[in-house]
Amino acid sequence: MSFPWANEYKPSHPAMVWLDEKLPLPRFVFNAVGAGYPVPRNLNYMYNFGVLAGVCLMIQIITGVVLAMHYAANTGVAFDSTEHIMRDVNWGWLLRYAHANGASAFFVVVYFHIFRGFFYGSYKAPREMIWLIGVLIFLLMMATAFMGYVLPWGQMSYWGAKVITGLFGAIPLVGEPIQTWLLGGFAPDQAALNRFFSLHFLLPFVILGVVILHIWALHIPGSTNPTGVEVKQESDTVPFHPYYTAKDGFGLGVFLIFYCAMVFFAPNALGHPDNYIPANPMQTPAHIVPEWYFWPFYAILRAFTQDFLFIPAKLLGVLAMFSSILVWFLLPWLDNSPVRSGHFRPTFKKFFWLLVVDVAVLGYCGGSPAEEPYVIISQIAALYYFAHFFIVLPIVSMIEKPLPLPFSITESVLGKDDAATVAPAE
Amino acid sequence: MIRIFSLLAGAFFSLALLWSAGKGAVSYISEPTPKTVEASFHEHPKPLHLSSDGPFGTFDRQQLQRGFQVYSEVCATCHALKHVAYRDLAALGYNEAEVKAIAAKAQIPAYNPATGEVKMNPGQPKDHFPPVVYGGAGSPPDLSLVAKARHGGPAYIYSLLTGYADQAGYKNEKGEELLKKFPEAKTPDGLFFNPYFANLNIAMPAPLVSDGQVTYADGTKATVDQMAQDVSAFLMWTAEPKLEKRNQTGWPVIGFLLFATALAYMAYRTVWAGKKGH
Repeated sequence: MSFPWANEYKPSHPAMVWLDEKLPLPRFVFNAVGAGYPVPRNLNYMYNFGVLAGVCLMIQIITGVVLAMHYAANTGVAFDSTEHIMRDVNWGWLLRYAHANGASAFFVVVYFHIFRGFFYGSYKAPREMIWLIGVLIFLLMMATAFMGYVLPWGQMSYWGAKVITGLFGAIPLVGEPIQTWLLGGFAPDQAALNRFFSLHFLLPFVILGVVILHIWALHIPGSTNPTGVEVKQESDTVPFHPYYTAKDGFGLGVFLIFYCAMVFFAPNALGHPDNYIPANPMQTPAHIVPEWYFWPFYAILRAFTQDFLFIPAKLLGVLAMFSSILVWFLLPWLDNSPVRSGHFRPTFKKFFWLLVVDVAVLGYCGGSPAEEPYVIISQIAALYYFAHFFIVLPIVSMIEKPLPLPFSITESVLGKDDAATVAPAE
Repeated sequence: MIRIFSLLAGAFFSLALLWSAGKGAVSYISEPTPKTVEASFHEHPKPLHLSSDGPFGTFDRQQLQRGFQVYSEVCATCHALKHVAYRDLAALGYNEAEVKAIAAKAQIPAYNPATGEVKMNPGQPKDHFPPVVYGGAGSPPDLSLVAKARHGGPAYIYSLLTGYADQAGYKNEKGEELLKKFPEAKTPDGLFFNPYFANLNIAMPAPLVSDGQVTYADGTKATVDQMAQDVSAFLMWTAEPKLEKRNQTGWPVIGFLLFATALAYMAYRTVWAGKKGH
């Protein structure tokens, strides 16, 4: 599961030798994120975001477990118990703001991580399984974030829950029974809040388990790199520790500066004011909007305003919204260009940046009211989104002429590859 | 196979979107939605500068005490403050005896399960502000969190309190006269015209009507504008009582992180020295 030149774990202290015989946990860590894991030497800062996502998951689990000690999942007191945390629990305001902004930070770093994967072709063979597991993690994150947002039982919590579970109601025949089953009633109420709390507590640990699979799958072929050329020899790699522990340490510091600035100085900037109003089933907010990290998908959902081929518009929107993420599962087979990195794919590169702009436009429209001109802009942007994955990528990967690749990672870094010339021909 | 499926799926979603966009564009051009009265006449909050603004913000305790006085003498008639306890008022600069005296003026309902009676007791510092019985039109919201529960925050509260206007002859910045443009939008009886309120008609009559409505203990001249600013500042405190502590904690945290990140950067450069090609 690694390269033949990987350093071997050699405990010197008798206690560590003893432990290694009984339970080789230090050996496992050494081979996973220590000096025993060779990593391409040319990773850039875009490769910091995987570790940062792991840090975000830990921040969320730790703050979340403590918040759960003070929160009460009961529709009568959920909102008040949240305020109790903010006012009367020691450092409760910090826990809650760290958790709420931690969700945003988690999505920020995961979006960087995903787009890094898009650009460098991280989903391509032999790394398909890492990618598939990654998309699964993203879906689990979305479910967890959605249910977490319901817990404070504010106006947006309530109406968000109503709208999102209502999406299942669009499925023909079985939709409404499914919606009722999910909520444990006809509208969000005690049953829904209680099960959302239970699942919101459970899912992060499921995510943690799937993250371990993600990293396990990663360690079989090893990381991709900005050239997309596979590792060939020892001079192409450096040991994870100390090289990437040092680089990730610096990246973590920069991330924490931005994150803490949000938590301490603008903790409500990304939230919606209506969620400081207690849930009221009798009063619909003027504009129901999800949290910012769902805006691009919300824009796709709302872009379908007309029935098409006798399929109701609402069902089309729901299908499209789920397809917009599920299409990522097909990505390794839709884009079969033999070249991984976008640096050497001139046509792909242009479409990649168009996709980045397109998703930003979708996000902006998703956070705006469902009025013109936002609706028509979101329709055009959604059209490009689907065209990009379903049509553009398969065609570009067939017709594009990629640029010449460097011989090796070493050559791309040093400009020459002495190791390659010295190595005997095979 | 997968490519044929993907082209079909792509074509399906693209055509459905083109159909939606086309029909939307046609109806947008053929029957444009008329601009609503709210879209033309709803005003964004006026600027309000408070000492609690920004990452260095602190509360002006004199102002909070004045704002609390306005709340107690004016707002408290209809609006509750249920998330705030009397003990919290110590943060406004009141000493223990003053907090006890303020609490004692309130009547806190206590339910006796043995007799089924509800008895009114004088408040103690541990008690929260009691519920307010209100029998009039509209539903006055609890004010504890209102400064975070409205777009614009305290500036919105200040603008709303000072924004009541006579609807007859009211013009917006473009010079359009409301009742000439929207004759059907006349404020109904029992409501009051206020362009800072989302639908322009609010059930609350102007609460701050004349200078000197409150006699400030610290001698500040109680103009309507001053009272509105003070009560907005006070409600910012009730909504975010930990604001000062948050800012004061934030700076050492950021300072430490800058230092640690600089060290981490130097460690990174040292570790990598000789491994970078150029």
